[in-house]
Amino acid sequence: MARPVAQAAADEARAGDGQARPAEVGKGELRVEHVSKVYDPEGAAFVAVDDASMHIAPGELRVIVGPSGCGKSTFLNAIAGFHSISSGEIWLDDELLCGPNKPQAKPGADRVVVFQHNALFPWKTVLDNVTYGPIVQERLSKKEARDLGRERMEQAGLAGLEDRYPSELSSGMQRRVEIVRALVNDPKVLLLDEPFRGMDSLTKSVMHESLLEIFDKNKVTVMFITHDIDEAVFLGDKVSVMSTRPGRIKETIEVDIPRPRDYRVLTSPRFRELMAGIHGEVEIEARKAFEAGEREMA
Amino acid sequence: MEMETRPEGQATEATEQGVPGTDQREVARTDGYQGAREARVGQSVQAPMAPVTGWALRRRKLRKALTGPAGRRGALGVVAFIALWQVVTKLDEWVGPQVPLVGALPAPSDVVLRLFELVATGGFWSSWYLSFGRVMWGFAFAMLVGIPFGLLMATSATAKRLLFPPFEVLRPIPPLAWVPLAILFWPTQELSITFVTFLGAFFTVVMNTVGGGEQIDRRYILAARSMGANKWRMFRRVVLPATLPSIATGAVVGMGITWEVVVAAELISGGGGGGSAGGGLGFLVWNSYQGGDIAAVVVGMISLGIAGYISSILVRMASNLTMPWKRLA
Amino acid sequence: MATQRAAARTAPSSPALPDDGSVGTQPGPADPQEGAVKRELFKYRLRKWLFSPRPFLMLIGFAAFLGGWYLLVDVLGVWRFGTLPGLVEVVTEWTAREPAYGVSLFTSEYYTHIWVSLRRILLAFFAALALGIPLGLFLGWSTRFREFSFPVFELFRPIPILAWVPLAIIMFASDEAPVIFLTFLAAFFATALNTLLGVQSIDREYMRAAFCLGSSSRQVFRHVVVPGALPFIFTGLQIAMGVAWFSLVAGEMVAGKFGLGYLINSSYTTTRYPTIIIGMITLGAIGFLSSAIIRLVGNRLMVYRARAMA
Repeated sequence: MARPVAQAAADEARAGDGQARPAEVGKGELRVEHVSKVYDPEGAAFVAVDDASMHIAPGELRVIVGPSGCGKSTFLNAIAGFHSISSGEIWLDDELLCGPNKPQAKPGADRVVVFQHNALFPWKTVLDNVTYGPIVQERLSKKEARDLGRERMEQAGLAGLEDRYPSELSSGMQRRVEIVRALVNDPKVLLLDEPFRGMDSLTKSVMHESLLEIFDKNKVTVMFITHDIDEAVFLGDKVSVMSTRPGRIKETIEVDIPRPRDYRVLTSPRFRELMAGIHGEVEIEARKAFEAGEREMA
Repeated sequence: MEMETRPEGQATEATEQGVPGTDQREVARTDGYQGAREARVGQSVQAPMAPVTGWALRRRKLRKALTGPAGRRGALGVVAFIALWQVVTKLDEWVGPQVPLVGALPAPSDVVLRLFELVATGGFWSSWYLSFGRVMWGFAFAMLVGIPFGLLMATSATAKRLLFPPFEVLRPIPPLAWVPLAILFWPTQELSITFVTFLGAFFTVVMNTVGGGEQIDRRYILAARSMGANKWRMFRRVVLPATLPSIATGAVVGMGITWEVVVAAELISGGGGGGSAGGGLGFLVWNSYQGGDIAAVVVGMISLGIAGYISSILVRMASNLTMPWKRLA
Repeated sequence: MATQRAAARTAPSSPALPDDGSVGTQPGPADPQEGAVKRELFKYRLRKWLFSPRPFLMLIGFAAFLGGWYLLVDVLGVWRFGTLPGLVEVVTEWTAREPAYGVSLFTSEYYTHIWVSLRRILLAFFAALALGIPLGLFLGWSTRFREFSFPVFELFRPIPILAWVPLAIIMFASDEAPVIFLTFLAAFFATALNTLLGVQSIDREYMRAAFCLGSSSRQVFRHVVVPGALPFIFTGLQIAMGVAWFSLVAGEMVAGKFGLGYLINSSYTTTRYPTIIIGMITLGAIGFLSSAIIRLVGNRLMVYRARAMA
């Protein structure tokens, strides 16, 4: 069987991390090798991810786009350690996260997830949320953690909100707090699962810029999942397009728009060109997914 | 996006949340790791099976619940409990010392023997019949009076402001405290028991009806209005159906309370409180106790448990009939 | 929207969620004037409430209820209403320094009954709390434990509490303990079950978030499971308090020597009818107060919810 995937993976390896934001060598390299995932709900086996491979260089911001139900989140959940994989291997630097004989990775603070829905603990204040990681890992004393938390919040434009509860914040602020809560742990990889889903487009564009600003200050590899192509091209160093079920990496496109980027990028010819290319790919998959009656499972 | 997480969600529903945050089901399938590739070859582009609905699904779920590992463990738990009960209550016969507190209770073997004797008597079944009758009358009246009353308060702000405060003052009074007044007021013992039973369910039914009526999604109302619904249609086609789930919840809870009240009322009237309303399972329990027949007490308790269970299933079935769109929930 | 959802996700019934969707979404620094603003807001709301038709209609409602009682029982005595104690009779008896039937606001017997009932409720309720909450948390936390033991729990639950009376008397050979045991049993089932539901209601993403921020299982239990289940636990405690009073009254009527349930029942058998009503009103008031206290404590412990709804 011809595998465009292998080709894509090879291309990636060659492309290296020239475009990527600076990162220490060997920190946060993520390798996904021939991963498959078979679900078996109620005995009806179906393949969510089929033999997908992908290399994310240290410090790279990789966006994965695809239509609903293509298995994007399966990837993320496998890396984070929430779900098992059926075959293949996932490596973070020199550590085997999951593979044969170890189908499920152990969740850990080196791979922090920012969830699709707001997953800030509603019963903790914003500052207690932010300092949660360092304190439970006993990496910092309570006081040190609070100092660090305040500092990071200020950097992210969240000063003054420390003693509020998440429910008192706007959704944009909540997202920002959640990202700060993740980054305070200095993770190797940050996993974002459609973090801006359901936001209005104006808030979203503000969030995009502030996200890029935060990332440029932090040396961290990012895997960002979305089905919004504008978002993908605007944020990503590379964009991987996934095919609909069974999920495969169909193509990986390098976004050669220089950083720092701002909203002006959105109207540049190169941006539109890239958009058009990816849109074509995703459109086909979305149509396939739609015609296959995706909602059956919902 | 929901699509991808959905199967996992179902898996967890089936096994009920494992170690939180991780996927138990998948962990348990370590052995399937190698087999996965074969599955892929055979069924790689297969769409999920058509959803199974209605009774078929329920049967399948039930079978799974009973025969799955969870069902086996549950059965083991129950068997272990009964065995422990047997040992604890028979210890004085077998070994000598009596276990404190529970040692004097009847053993399961005695209870089963007594059950077989009682099942053959007519009195046992007439107890069932009497208690069921009281429960059903009290419950039916509570629904008949409570639902309109609740809907009135839910739909009219003035009615609510007028009626709700006195209602709230009466609500915290436990239904059993009404027994003497009920006996004074109603000419017959039977009517007073039914009245107290009615009260037990009434407050719950009203509270749930009001709560449900007030929480109707405003968009439904707006949508109906934009399509030109008049007042009656609005009530019949929007307010009532939207309140039904909450009424059903109230009915299930109310049914539970009704049984509690009936037993208490039968016990109190049998226990010397107010006259003697003969019969009923609660009376059976009390009467057996006074006759020193403790095994029969336990038989009565078990019967009450089963009766309560049956009635709550009946209520659920009725509510499914009135709400076809909610049947699987 | 997201704010509301977040609040709703943890709320079992979320009775007081604002419906305009805008409340609580404005961040902005906490300023010292906030207190003054809140006071003003409170004054404004109070004024608005007082001048709305609400208090007026409420008074009419009460007046109609009491008036109906007076008219039907005291004045007309139609049908069988004549058999009931009248409004005037009850009020005079309740407030008399020397009551005709022995129990009023000025007699120590009245307070003895209240104290005995209250003591039983407190003992039973706190025992139910101390056993029911840990059991519920554990049932929710450990799949294995739940699979083994929950069916046994479910076998007991449909048995009406009052059916336990004979066994309670056999097990505890005293006057006091059986009544407390019954009250405890009722509260225990409600507490344990709601705690279990509370644990199961917690959004899995909170647990995942906690795990991927590096928590151990114990830390997830402490920081996510317990606070996450708290709204349901308090709903459970409200229910538990209700059924505790229910069972207590029934238990006292069957097998008590003191207490409000006993007072009501013995007043009936000795035909001191106005005292029955005094007992009922007292029960209602104390029952209402006890659940109000639970609500208050709950709001204290779950400031985040109160703030989200403010």
